[in-house]
Parts: sequence; C-alpha cells; structure tokens
Amino acid sequence: MTTTATAPPATAPAVRRPWIVREAIGRFGLIFLLVAPIVVFAILDLQSEGNLTRLSNNLFSGVSNGTIIALIAVGYTLVYGIIELINLPHGEVFMLGSFTSSQFLTAVLGIGLATSALGIAGGIFISLVVAMLVCGTINVLIEKVAYRPLRGAPKLAPLITAVGMAFIMQNVGILWLGGSPVSVPDLIHAQQTVVTVFGIQVHRSDLLAFGVTIPLALGMTAFISRSRLGKAMRATAQDPHGARLMGINVDTTITATFFLGGLMAGAAGLVYALYETTIWYFQGFEGGLLAFTAAVIGGIGNLRGALLGGLIIGCVQQTSDNRIGPEWTPAIVFAYLILIMIFRPQGLLGEQTREAG
Amino acid sequence: MKTIGRLRGRLPAWSPRAVAGLVIVAAILLPFTQPEANSFMNNCVLALAYVVMALGLNTVVGFAGLLDLGYVAFFAIGAYTTGWFSSGFYTNLHIHIGVSGYLTALPGIHLNWLLVVIAAAIICAIAGIVIGLPTLRLRGDYIAVVTLAFGEIIRVFAINGHSIIIPSWVPLFGGEPLTNGRQGITPIDQLQLPGLKPFDQLHLRPWYWTALGLALLVLFASLRLRDSRLGRAWVAIREDEVAAVSTGVPLVRTKLSSYAIGAAMGGMSGAFLGAFLNTVNAEQFTFSFSIYILAMIILGGLGSIWGVVLGAIALTFLNYYLIPDVFNSLPSTFGLGVNLTDLSYGIFGFILVLMMILRPEGLLPERRHQEELAEGIGETEAALVEERR
Repeated sequence: MTTTATAPPATAPAVRRPWIVREAIGRFGLIFLLVAPIVVFAILDLQSEGNLTRLSNNLFSGVSNGTIIALIAVGYTLVYGIIELINLPHGEVFMLGSFTSSQFLTAVLGIGLATSALGIAGGIFISLVVAMLVCGTINVLIEKVAYRPLRGAPKLAPLITAVGMAFIMQNVGILWLGGSPVSVPDLIHAQQTVVTVFGIQVHRSDLLAFGVTIPLALGMTAFISRSRLGKAMRATAQDPHGARLMGINVDTTITATFFLGGLMAGAAGLVYALYETTIWYFQGFEGGLLAFTAAVIGGIGNLRGALLGGLIIGCVQQTSDNRIGPEWTPAIVFAYLILIMIFRPQGLLGEQTREAG
Repeated sequence: MKTIGRLRGRLPAWSPRAVAGLVIVAAILLPFTQPEANSFMNNCVLALAYVVMALGLNTVVGFAGLLDLGYVAFFAIGAYTTGWFSSGFYTNLHIHIGVSGYLTALPGIHLNWLLVVIAAAIICAIAGIVIGLPTLRLRGDYIAVVTLAFGEIIRVFAINGHSIIIPSWVPLFGGEPLTNGRQGITPIDQLQLPGLKPFDQLHLRPWYWTALGLALLVLFASLRLRDSRLGRAWVAIREDEVAAVSTGVPLVRTKLSSYAIGAAMGGMSGAFLGAFLNTVNAEQFTFSFSIYILAMIILGGLGSIWGVVLGAIALTFLNYYLIPDVFNSLPSTFGLGVNLTDLSYGIFGFILVLMMILRPEGLLPERRHQEELAEGIGETEAALVEERR
C-alpha cells in the first residue's frame, strides 16, 4: 500500500517533492540510523580516552552475541518467506533448545566442570545435535498443530494460534525448570580471555559462538541455494500455487522449512546456554523479539539479511548495554524496529513484500 | 447454532432486547444478593472492568481487524493517570479538586475520579493515535509487531520511570519522577465521584455500580458504533482494505478513530483498575496482559459485542476464581508439584489455539465474521483443485 503509486508523477511536481524526501529517508535513513550512533560514540571515545578500544570491544562482543541472534533470525525469515507468517513461538523453541542442551549435557551425559577437555568438547557436540533435532521436531509439530489446520483462513487466525503456542511453550519452560533463572555450569570458562588484539578481548565464549554459527550459516546458505529442497523452498516462497503446479510437494517443503528453522534455533539455544551460563523461560520471548527485529532489519524473507540483521542487532544491544544501561536496551531495539517499519519495511537487503510497504 | 437461529426466527423481534434488558436489571440488582464485601463481589468488579477493556480491544481487533498486541499500553497509561492525579505520589504538590473528607488533608494531587477517568480517556485516545500512526501503511502481522513493540517500550518506561525526571521547564511537575517503577505508586485514593463520599474497600457495592456504569456506557457506545457509518467503515477495511478505499472509505481517519476509541475505553478501565487494585506498578503491564484480553475477545467471538462481554466475564472468573480456588489442587492430585496459577497464561494460550482450530468464530459469533471464516478455510485447496482442472 504505497500512497506514492497513486500520485501522478509528471503532472504534479509539487506533490512529488515530499515523495523524493521520503524515498531518500527510506533508502539511506536506516543506514544513517545504524551508523550515526557508532560515529558519535567513536568521537566521544576519542575525546575522552584517545583510542577506540571501548567501542571496538562493544562491537566485537556485539558481533559475537549477534551470531546467536542471527541463528534465531534465520528461523523467522525462512518461515516468513515461505508462508508469510510471523512464527512467534520460534523464540520459545530457542528457549527449549537451551533447556534441552543444558539438561542433556549435565543430567544425561553427566558432564561437569571436572570432565576432561575432550569429554566436554564431545559432550557439547552431542548435545548440539540433540538440541537441534529436538527443536526441529518441536517446530514441525507447531506447524502441524497450529498452522496447518488454518491454512487459507484469514491472516489473523494463524497469528493468534502462534501467540497461543508461544504461551503454551513458555509454560512448558516454567514446568520444566521453574520460573526463575537457572545457572548452567560454566563448562567452557566463557569469560576467559584467549587473545587480545588491538585491545579487543577475545573470550572463549566468542570462539564457541563463531565456531558453531559460521559453519551452520555457511551450510544453510549453501543448502538453500544449491540443494533440491532448498530450490523447492525458494520456489514455494515465490509462489506456492505455481510451485505446486510444477510438481513440488508444498506440504513437505513447508515442513522442511520449519525443521531447518528449528535446527538453527536449537543450535542457538546451546550456544546461549554456554555463553550466558544462565537460562530461564523468558529468554525465548526476549531473544525471539530481538531476532525478529534482526530479521526485519535485514529484510524478512531474506536469509543473508537475517544473518546481517542479527549481527547488527547484537552490536546495537551490546553498545546500548554498555553505554546507556541494559534496562533501556529493549526500548532502543524496539524503537529501531518501529522506525524501520515506518521508513523501510523491506529492510536492508529485502525486496518489497506483499504485506508491508 | 442452528437451533438458536431457528429460535430467533420464531420469537418476536423485541425478544433480544428484552433479554438484554433483563440481564442488565439482574446485573444492577446482583449486589443485594451478596454481602457488602466478599471475593465473589471482588471478582464481579474485576470482571466488569475487564468487560470494558475487552470491548475496547474489540473495537480495534474485532471491528477494524487491526491486530493490536500492545493493548496493555492503554491499561498502563490509564492506570498511571489515576496514579498521578489521585495519590500522594507528587508529595510536593497540593492540588485538591472535587474531593472531600480525609483526602483534602493529604499532600499530592487529588482529583475527583470523574475528572481522572475523562483525563485517562483523552490521554489514551491521543496515545492510541500516536501508536496507530506508524501502522497506517502496514497490514496484518506487521501491525501486530509494531503495537507489541510499543507496548514493550511503554513497559520499559514504566519500569525505569523512577529515574526519568520530568524537565524543570514543565510547569508544576518539573523535577519530579515519571513513575515509581517496580515499587509502584501506592496507595491510590479511594474512588470518589461528584456528590458522593469516597468509597472504601470494605463496601464493594459502590465500586460494583461504578464499574457496571462504565461497562454499560462502553457497551452502549460499542453497539451504536457498530451500526454507525464509522462502524461499517471499520468492517469494510477489515474485510478488504483495497476495496474499502476504492469505494471512498477514508482509510487514515477510519483506522485512527478505531485506535483512539479502543484506547480510550482501555484507558477508562485502566483508570478504574488503578484505583480498585490500589497500586500502579510497572510489573502489571506485561505482554501477557495484552494476550489475556485478546483471549477474552477470541473466546467470545471477534467483533461480537455480547460474545466479548461473555468472554471477558468467563476468563475473569477462570483466572480469579476457578484457577486459584477450585482447580489449584488438581495438579497435586495427579502427583505433579506445580502451582496451577503459574500456568494460567499457558491455559489462555491453550484456549487461543483450541478456539482458533475448533471454533474460530467464538462462543457467540458475529454473523458476518462467521461466514468469512467458514468460507476462508479450505479456500486455497479448493482453488488449487480448480486450477488443476
């Protein structure tokens, strides 16, 4: 619904002027909004300390934190791309991923701080696989229970079941580990510094985040662009009816999309549990909204956009935590979300969708 | 449903009105069957306040089809209006308008509640327009996310409000904090209406009648709005925005008026709840509250006024009576060590999913919405079959 399309461009130059301004804001406003705080903080840092160590530390931990958000955002963006629905319980799937992996590590495998390094690494790998499979399955079940019966119903209906599923899963989390934060053994000594480059401290947790996320993201991008199923997913996202007529099994493709999204959320859950070393049922809601904002910033429906958006939101979050105070971070992230929705609903890399813009 | 339809055909035309009238008279007389204050009366007052809240959300979601997931914002703003203008929160100020008795001796701002509720309605209507403006170009789930984000921003401001100092150039309030954060503004003045003494918590009948009056006012407004030109315009943009615009429905004005009216209703209810619960606390304004109200209107039937009233009453009693008092021991009889009250939002979520799948039109459906839902499901499959042929 653009009002610009109705304005006759040739005959009414007076009407066109604000349109150009709006177009400029749409094109460069978001980039400006993202770059401006960095420039301001850089100048302030140079004035007060004479170097950029603090800012680069902010940005580095932002990027490493952002990898987790990016993994969750992938799930939102894939599902949105294919059925144009915000899969709100996706954040809760991520939360259950944290719960599954941490409980599997400690209770089932019995790994503690005393276990040898090799045992810990193997345990983490096994619980990564377990958490990914569990979350993938949960995500598929969500689709089966809450969305499939409502396919073709008005848009409001699946969105309401999405909200309902999110609440049910939050309560599963409460039933499982209670309503307050639970600590996870610090198996990887998350805060231990490995190296310091130009004043940037690289912690072990950062290495874990990159080590898990980068292969997954690369694998995911390759899968979507190369594999047969990935091509089917992209075709279905473009035109479900057309895809079905071309012999693609749309139902299987949708199931596969949810499964892939769940896999990523499960991996994010494991990394989060070991990175933050505390988990609780509400992390899904918070992380989910951050990841959704990331997906929107990158351009919802666009895989690379979601990864980029995740890193950006990570930087915004860390910088705001460090400079303005963590209690204000949600408001700042949501303010970004609203501004993007107003001026550039298609995001940084996305194209105009049918719903927004 | 069919039997009701058949009944409707046989009964005289005035019978629905007669039933409505009887229900209203029964509601007015209800307190006389109860002692001055008991938990049942307490729940009734809450139920009526939630009826007002749910009818407000129904104006936005049910009539105009704009899924607002940040409705808690208006509860918050309405409640804070009560907190600011009828409590001792601003101790340095001494403003007393239309209050009597012990209230005149207290420091702070103390306004007659009638002024407070009008102020709450106006402030919330403006806030509704502000929140509605960015969503004008958006549709569907994008509106849901923007409103959700606004609701969360308001909550962050409420939580951190004790560290926000109003700038000194603002007359009267300069140098004062915005809210009292998680501690909450408490106590709030007992409600006082013009010509009456302040109410007290031991006599719930005046509270009940005030809430009932508010509910009837909002109910009447909803009924009249639904059949008005504006109401039909709302339904038109809900059904098909492009078609509505091309037939001359002013989109901006129609959408914004739905946000404003819905918000004003939520604000009035918030102003009442702030006084009734005797605290305005940032912890009250969570996202789950929006879902609680949404569950009410889904349960009753989106867009159906009497359905929404029923849904609000049903869920209030589920939340305040059935879950904590009746069924709370149920998990322990099955050997589960959980508290059912912790799971109340899970139960609401379950209701949402179940209703949408089994009976998407709600308990007392609105006729037009029912038809739309019936034709919607399975549409794509049928269309695909058509295409294949």
